Order: sequence, then structure tokens, then C-alpha cells
Amino acid sequence: MSDILSKISGARLYSSQLHKCTLIPGDGIGPEISAAVQKIFEAAKVPIEWESVDVTPVRGPDGKFGIPQAAIDSINKNKIGLKGPLMTPIGKGHRSLNLALRKEFNLYANVRPCRSLEGYKTLYDNVDVVTIRENTEGEYSGIEHEIVEGVVQSIKLITEEASSRVADFAFEYAQSNNRKKVTAVHKANIMRMSDGLFLRCCREAAQKYPSVKFEERYLDTVCLNMVQDPSQYDVLVMPNLYGDILSDMCAGLVGGLGLTPSGNIGLNGALFESVHGTAPDIAGQDKANPTALLLSAVMMLKHMGLNSHAKIIENAAYETIKEAKYLTGDLGGSAKCSEYTNEICKRVTAQTK
Amino acid sequence: MALLARNICRVFNQAPLKSSARSIHVGATRFAETDVEPDQKLKCTLIPGDGVGPELVVSVQNVFKAANVPVEFEPYFLSEVNPTLSAPLEQVSNSIARNKVCLKGILATPDHSHTGELQTLNMKLRKELDLYSNVVHVKSLPGIKSRHQNVDCVIIREQTEGEYSALEHESVPGVVECLKIVTAKKSQRIAKFAFDYAVKNGRKKVTCVHKANIMKLGDGLFLRSCSEIAKLYPRIQFETMIVDNCTMQMVSNPHQFDVMVTPNLYGNIVDNLASGLVGGAGVVAGASYSPECVVFEPGARHTYSEAVGKNVANPTAMILCSVKLLNHLNLRRHAEQIRDALNRVLNDGKHLTKDLGGQTSTTEFTHAVINNLR
Repeated sequence: MSDILSKISGARLYSSQLHKCTLIPGDGIGPEISAAVQKIFEAAKVPIEWESVDVTPVRGPDGKFGIPQAAIDSINKNKIGLKGPLMTPIGKGHRSLNLALRKEFNLYANVRPCRSLEGYKTLYDNVDVVTIRENTEGEYSGIEHEIVEGVVQSIKLITEEASSRVADFAFEYAQSNNRKKVTAVHKANIMRMSDGLFLRCCREAAQKYPSVKFEERYLDTVCLNMVQDPSQYDVLVMPNLYGDILSDMCAGLVGGLGLTPSGNIGLNGALFESVHGTAPDIAGQDKANPTALLLSAVMMLKHMGLNSHAKIIENAAYETIKEAKYLTGDLGGSAKCSEYTNEICKRVTAQTK
Repeated sequence: MALLARNICRVFNQAPLKSSARSIHVGATRFAETDVEPDQKLKCTLIPGDGVGPELVVSVQNVFKAANVPVEFEPYFLSEVNPTLSAPLEQVSNSIARNKVCLKGILATPDHSHTGELQTLNMKLRKELDLYSNVVHVKSLPGIKSRHQNVDCVIIREQTEGEYSALEHESVPGVVECLKIVTAKKSQRIAKFAFDYAVKNGRKKVTCVHKANIMKLGDGLFLRSCSEIAKLYPRIQFETMIVDNCTMQMVSNPHQFDVMVTPNLYGNIVDNLASGLVGGAGVVAGASYSPECVVFEPGARHTYSEAVGKNVANPTAMILCSVKLLNHLNLRRHAEQIRDALNRVLNDGKHLTKDLGGQTSTTEFTHAVINNLR
């Protein structure tokens, strides 16, 4: 990462161009942590103007509940968004909002960097992997039926188009983030045609990026090795279900979903989000940990090319955690969300001056 | 229900025995006697498998020989990557069906077959013998350093349907459909097996691992089947967990798990993950059960083909498999003898193979175990 920084000229810091960016604060602790992120961004003088939208489902003209048109328009216009956790009401008769957003903006790749944080001790201290997950098809195609009573058939759909798209993205990501290696995670020994197709697409993409190392690993091998020695992996690219499982597992290695950022890259824009829950039990009590959303916002800045701002904020957050003076409850500290935020702001201001 | 009744009877019948190491489906009545005549040898099918399998099997055979174990192996070389040398599947499965027990290494499964075959040899063998349940007991071993200590959980995996159905087709070029089949019958069967296992081995909790929030029908059926069976076992706690959360919990707090019941693919994932927590593929034993026979094989299935002929593979998993096998055959004295010897070697820490941070070769490790037989 530091290599990238050195490449970026300081000129961008003084760029007067103002980017507009959609903000979906979310439910539960969402509004607090979004406010924290906004505050830190202000302190860092990030040239971003937030456009806060509400995605509470409204009844559309077809009688179904869905995302309000205003929110869709906002993201379509800005092409970039940051989203807090959303509650998915169970059995309320409308699709999960996360799923709806994914569909609406064709968010085909989910990127989750997992990095061990200094200062927050887990059993693993050498994790630095990025999981890239195909996000539109595979096991989550949603095509299922009961053939006769008691016999269900679920279809896993793998297409060349989607596989190549995510494979290309993975190599592109590896190259632009100075990553050395891409590992395709598959189970082609069992699902010879479907995972075989995915693997073939990865191999083809690998040829276009000779500077990035490519390897293929079975899903079970990756699971086994990841918990023994995570340092042998770098960027991982995989179909939907495996990505879902591995990204959460990697998050587990570094301390849970409260510390891992996530980005969704799509055809019509990109949406960055924190993937933890809404934590309704501590909502409004100034206890939540905004790290995941903040790091997601940092990912967003990098995606927009605002690398110097990203670096300043990222370092401030890492140092605050490392110093361990202002840690929120989930990290074993007793600081309030606002105290943690203020500490980061202080460091950011010192850097920006 | 008939199945239930039969198993309950079994549980009562076996109550006086030490039940710790034994599992359900304790095969045929043939082994019901407590002691076997010294000159009478029990027959057991042996499949060395690919990769380092043959080396590990030799290690077990040497230990058996040194411990004077009255077991006679019926070896068959079965392999998908080496079809010309492989014995016909039918012959092997007949042997297993006859002997009711088998010790098996890992079969390599290539990414594609020249004949366009979608089923792997492993799948065929499981289908042929109806080896529906794979049990992997993941337990931290003495003397093995790993990040997590005192892990002790059992993963029970359905392994005849689900993602491993080998039903795939290319609808149009570039679009592949792969079917995952879940049936109520097999889901209930595995759930019942898991609860029976929990009862028999004095376990407290069964966790059903699923992804029913996404695969509402398929995994939903599995989840429902497990919940239904759970009602028949009021004394065993039942909980459900989504597979991604499960893997996350597994790496951060593995102690919360007891018995886990999973569909095919998730079982494969959790097996390997859990094995990684306690020292890797070289130290975890497993077994596959059909209503009739048992195949003992390492819990994390890796052929470790890059180590072939280097004499560096860890035979611990295979020796543990053989200990389970002896327990199953009711040769408890021999089982204990070998397990104790193995534990002594591991505890001692002087003879550790490369995967555990030592320098000992496979043969040296085996000799160490043999020297520790008391």
C-alpha cells in the first residue's frame, strides 16, 4: 500500500473538485457510525459532499415494497455510495434491501480486505488477504424447486460472462493495489463443469496479467491452510458461496465483522458498506464501533483515487487502535464512539496541517 | 421409527461397554464377542489411496505387526488418477461389503476426466456402499502446538447428495447449471445419526449448519428435517447456525461447538477448517458409515501428493484411524496400546514430523510409535 502512496502526488490534496457521494446511514447503530465517518472526513478535509438518502422501503407503483426512487437516482447519478448496516425484516414480504441494491446497481464483485490490526490481539497477527467474491450468480441464483415432496433441487448457475468479469476484476485489483498473487478458489474436482468453467475463466484472465502470480487451490485446502498460516494467501477470487464463507472466516481471523471493510463493485457504480449487523441493543447509546464503516469509506476514497486522504484517515484509525487508549466496548475498551472518533479526528487534523 | 427403535435397543445393549470411543452402527453382530481368539484373524479391506497414502498405510501395517494385532488386511489399489493400476470398483466394494470394515487413504480427484465423467471415484464408492455419514472428531492432541487449545467437536456430514450430486450441464455455451439435490429422507437420516451419536457419546448439543436464508428450499428442507428430528431428543440441545457465521465462530471461538450436522459441501469446509485448528490434515481421523459397514479414513482429505516418496508425511491421522478401527472391531486392548504409544510420542515432542515443526521422517515416527508400545 505504501508504494501506491509514494506514487501519488500531493497535488490531489489541494484539488478543489468536489465529489458527490451518496450516503445510506442505515438502521440501528448506522446513523451514529455514519455521523462519525462524516466527522472524520470533515477533519481530513476530504473533498466530498455527502448526499444522505433514506432507503426505507416504500410501496412502488406496482404495489410492491422497494427502494425509493430518489435513492436509486442518487446512486445512479453519483456512481458511488457508502452504506451503513441495514436491517432485513424477516418475513415482511419484500426482498432483502441488500439484495435489491446489489441487483439494482449490478454489483458483481464483493471485495473484502482483511488485515490484522496492531493493538487488537487475536490468535492471528499476520493476516493480510483480500477476498473477491462473485456476487450475482452461483449458488445464490435463487433458482430452486421441489420436484416431488421431499426432494428439492437448487441450481447453481455459473456463466462465462460473470466469471470472466470477476476474474478480470480480481487481477485488475491485484495489479492496481500492488498485490503479488491471485488465488482462484474452486471445487472443480467435484463440480467439474461449473467450477471448471469458473476456473477456466480465471486462467484466461491470468494470462492477461503476467505480472501477477496466479495459483489454483481447492476450497477445502484453502480453509485448512488459512487457519494454519494465513500469510500464504494474498488475493482470493471465487464464486459466490465460497466467497461468502471465506470472507466471513477471514474476518473471524482478524477480530470479526466490526473491523472489516467491504466494497461492492458494479457496472453502474460502487457501493461501500460495513457488513456487520445493526446492533439494535446498543443503538443510540454512543457505544458502537465505527471502524468497519470508516475503513469501508477509506476503500471508497481509494476507489475514487483520493489516495492521500485515504492514507491519512487509515493511518489515524490504525494508530488509534494500536495505542489502545480509546477502544470501544467490542474491542475490550471502554471508550464511547464519540471519544474514539474525536481521537481519530485529532490525529487526522495533525496530519492534514 | 423402526430405525429409532433399533438404535435405542443398541444403545441399551451396549451400555455396559465403554462407549467413549465407539460409534453407532457398530456393525454386525459378528464382532459382538468381547474377545477374539488369538489365532483367529479379522479381515479388513485396505485401500492405500493416492499421494502419500501408501506410505502411511505401510506405517500402520508396521505398527500392527509390532503390536501383534490380529487383523488381516485385504489390500486393493483403488485410484482415479491411475486407472490402469486401479482395481475394479465392484471388487473393492464387494470386499468392503463382505468385511464390513475398511481402512482407506485418500483418493485424488482430478478436475476433469477424459471420458467426461462427472462422478468421482469417491462418490461412486460412497454411493455403491451407501456410506452416507462422515464423522470427523476434531480434538486437540497432546503435545501438538497450535493456536487453539482444547478443541473438541464432532462434525457429521451427509455425503451422498447435496452439491456432490454430479448433475451438471451446459445449457448454452458459457452457461453451466449445477444441481444440488436435497431430500427429506436423507436429511432426516443424517440428522438422526447425529442425534444418536450425541446420545451415545454423552454429547450435549447438536448444531445444524446451513444456508437456509439464501437457499430457502434446499437448505430449508435440511434445516426443517433436523429440527423435526431434534424434537425426538429433548435432552440434547439443538441450535442452528448459518455456515458463514459458523466458519467465523469456528476460528474465533471453536469451544462453543459440540456435535455439528451439515450437508455435504459445508461439511467438507468445516472438516478442513476444524482440522486446521488442531494441527492440520495429518492428525485428524475420520470415518464414513453406512448402515452396514464403516470406512476409516483421515478426516481432512488431502493426498499430499507433493510429498510422495519424500518420507515426510505425518502418519498420525492414519494411525488414529486404525485405532478407531480396532475399537470398532472390539480389539480394545490393542487399540489402547497403540493410542497410548502414539500419545507418548506426541507428548514427548522429540519425534515430530515436518508438518508439526519437527524433522522426523515417516519411518522414524513409525519406529518411535513402535518403540513406545507397552
